[in-house]
Amino acid sequence: MRIGIIGAGVVGALVARELSRYDIELLVFEKNWDVGMGVTKANSAIVHAGYDDEPGTVRSKFCVPGNAMYTELSKELQFDLKRIGSLVLAFKDEELRVLEELYKRGEMNGVPGLEIWDRDRILSYEPNVNPEVVAALWAPTAGITEPWMVAMAAIENAIENGAKLFLDTQVLEIATENQRVKRLVTNKGEFEVDVVINAAGMYGDEVAKMAGAEFVPLHPRKGEYILLDKQEFGGFVKSILFPTPSVLGKGTLVTPTVDGGILVGPTAVDLPPEREFREDTSTTFEGFEALMSKALKMTPLIDFRASIKTFAGLRPESPQKDFFVGRTSVIGFFNIIAMRSPGLTAAPAIAKFIVEEVQEALGETFQKKSDFKPTRERIKHYADLPATVWDEEIKKDPLAGRMICFCNKVTEREILEAIKRGARTIDGIKFRTRAMFGSCQGGFCMHRIMKILARELGTDISDIRLRSEGSFILLGQVRK
Amino acid sequence: MKEKSVDILVIGAGAAGLGAAIGAAREGVNEVVLVERDDRSGGVLNQCIHNGFGLHYFREELTGPEYAERIKRIVQQYPNIDVKVEQYVHQIDYRRKEVVVASTEGITVYKPKALIVATGARERPMGGILVPGTRPSGVFTAGVAQRFVNLENRLLGRRAIIVGSGDIGLIMARRLTLEGVEVVAVVERMPYPGGLERNIRQCLKDFNIPLYLSHTVVGIYGRERLEEVVIAQLDESFKPIPGTEKRFKVDTLILSVGLIPQSTLFKDFLKIDPWTKGIVTSSSGRSSLNWIFAAGNCTVIYDLVDWVTEEGTVAGKFAATYVKNSWEPAKFFVEKGQNVGILFPSWYEEGTNLNIYLRVKKPMEEGTIRVKQRNNLLYSKKHLNLSPSEMISIKIPESKIGSGDILVEVIE
Repeated sequence: MRIGIIGAGVVGALVARELSRYDIELLVFEKNWDVGMGVTKANSAIVHAGYDDEPGTVRSKFCVPGNAMYTELSKELQFDLKRIGSLVLAFKDEELRVLEELYKRGEMNGVPGLEIWDRDRILSYEPNVNPEVVAALWAPTAGITEPWMVAMAAIENAIENGAKLFLDTQVLEIATENQRVKRLVTNKGEFEVDVVINAAGMYGDEVAKMAGAEFVPLHPRKGEYILLDKQEFGGFVKSILFPTPSVLGKGTLVTPTVDGGILVGPTAVDLPPEREFREDTSTTFEGFEALMSKALKMTPLIDFRASIKTFAGLRPESPQKDFFVGRTSVIGFFNIIAMRSPGLTAAPAIAKFIVEEVQEALGETFQKKSDFKPTRERIKHYADLPATVWDEEIKKDPLAGRMICFCNKVTEREILEAIKRGARTIDGIKFRTRAMFGSCQGGFCMHRIMKILARELGTDISDIRLRSEGSFILLGQVRK
Repeated sequence: MKEKSVDILVIGAGAAGLGAAIGAAREGVNEVVLVERDDRSGGVLNQCIHNGFGLHYFREELTGPEYAERIKRIVQQYPNIDVKVEQYVHQIDYRRKEVVVASTEGITVYKPKALIVATGARERPMGGILVPGTRPSGVFTAGVAQRFVNLENRLLGRRAIIVGSGDIGLIMARRLTLEGVEVVAVVERMPYPGGLERNIRQCLKDFNIPLYLSHTVVGIYGRERLEEVVIAQLDESFKPIPGTEKRFKVDTLILSVGLIPQSTLFKDFLKIDPWTKGIVTSSSGRSSLNWIFAAGNCTVIYDLVDWVTEEGTVAGKFAATYVKNSWEPAKFFVEKGQNVGILFPSWYEEGTNLNIYLRVKKPMEEGTIRVKQRNNLLYSKKHLNLSPSEMISIKIPESKIGSGDILVEVIE
């Protein structure tokens, strides 16, 4: 049995990791130069509690169990998960009614621990919330994570258990015979496969079309974000703050990031389905203004002079506004598409489901590997260790004491470890170690990291890319 | 883990820190240790290969690296100064007066009698100015660009636009032009330039590089590498005026929109100016804690490196005086009067000269700068062509100063 997974975002990565428990040949294809760099990279990074999704939707089926699975998953794969809880804030009596509806919906979906809080309770827990707040829905199981790290950790673990990852590899064609998948044609050659799992994110519908399988049409919904410096604004809020939701979605939130910064976003702008818009991660003046006014309404003391980064992400939205998951009329072709919010939360549960679905659809039972290793070790962050322990680590390896990223305290040892685990680009280092993610945004350390990358990859610093072939940073020598 | 007691620990071995070590060593303290996080001392001077440094401090015109070499040579004359590179200050326990430093040799806990902070400044990054568009490669801060071109011998692109008319941006406009890069424009959001007049003349006018005042970047586009930058004119409330957009096909954007004092490591226990982020100090360089001194760009952003070294020397001298005899004289406020934007220092300590550095709030054709202590006029002089981009230095000797709070103002 040979299974090809298209897309190494958080969905594809978790499916790969789940399938790597079994005696199967696994091939993961990713068109980008690194894992988790599409839809996965730029979203709110929230593990949702699950009260939002209308009972009966596919979302409601997978969100709550997915949320619960994150606890064990974060331990096994050692990525950061902080269950800081979320508050949906109501500022008007009409909004109070929406909270009550969400509460009921949450109960039906099986969300544990929901409570309606009054103004005093909210303000004593979150003193920076606008005092005009009247009530809030508290969901203690909501949390924050780093979605790209979930994908990277899952892929590392899948590879350790035998999966093969093909980066910079785009699937161009899916050959079928008698309504059965046969072969994947890519820019890096052809691969015979028995099963294809479509986890192609923003391109899920196009990939399904290649196979002649069922799909829902996708279009990008853009979400813009502003990140505030943890040095200036860390601790401003301690839970995820949502406004009362509207027809446009969950609204703009104000939340801590796992790294301690404050994230404001997203906006929600539907873009046309054409290809050019599926890569349109540009931010806009209108977006910034909307984010600022919405954040100021919830937390009036927020100060955007502390912003260090603005970015936009795309969510694959469909007319049904629901996930499209499971077998198709093409034998061996399975979809996991239209993974809009809460796709990140649902992903572990969907990964588990799809493994069952494939076996059931094919009438086969996969053999479990006896030597499956469920754990993956994180890259050690030395500056978090007690000074005496760090000192001992430096005695073992002096590079654990050579500081490269001054803002986020990333040592050369950590950079080398990231390269060992597959980082080839500046973004590859950044998203694995948080180097260049701090106040100076790489001003002091990017050139140092480029030198380390060039040395380890046996190339010149002019050959180092930001994230892809065309994103070169330097243009050769000034003078020969 | 090692513990080390020293008389004076200096954080940062740039123009301020080296000056501070000299100032302290001259006073005859036992041991001055400088910890520098980079792999060499000299700080940003190492990459400033243009000239214009040293006219005040060394009385001759030097390049950045030459200036750094000169101070380093003076430092070497003092056996009681120990300069250590690749040392990262991880934590400071201000109550126990302990500084935890990490290096490839392990963790060292320094227990200094006095600490001098000379951490310099960092550049304001792109995300700090909320520019719409994509996030392609090819966007550099001016200091990073300078480092790649001057120290790594690498070219950044073929056509560049410079955003912000700070001095490093202006100098990079000239530097890139000389290396064959086409610099299509320098864009400044204020109605006046951010850098020194001499840099506007020597770096832009001499090379016919257009300067767009009251303009800002309203878009940065490119799928992978930068492809296009859009600028627009700003109205009086700094809002882009629709219809004034200009598009430039460029592959490189260099950002020079200001420096921010590096003070975050100290924000929990030192008084920091909430607006400039500078560490608030007195005329002796002393911070709001009696054993911690600060000097250079971590206190206020200077125009000239000479002033940085000079104030470093002052801080070093008085930190040593404090170590030797617990020197803590009477202290008076130095207050901002009308038209004063940036002012250093914030307090005057008896027994010191008063070196004032100020920037006016707005450009003025002429203005009289006055320094008053109660009814005593310490300084009054008419200045022509005052601009926020030109820092003014005024020196008032100790002998002229009495007791009482001091007011600095600029009368139009």
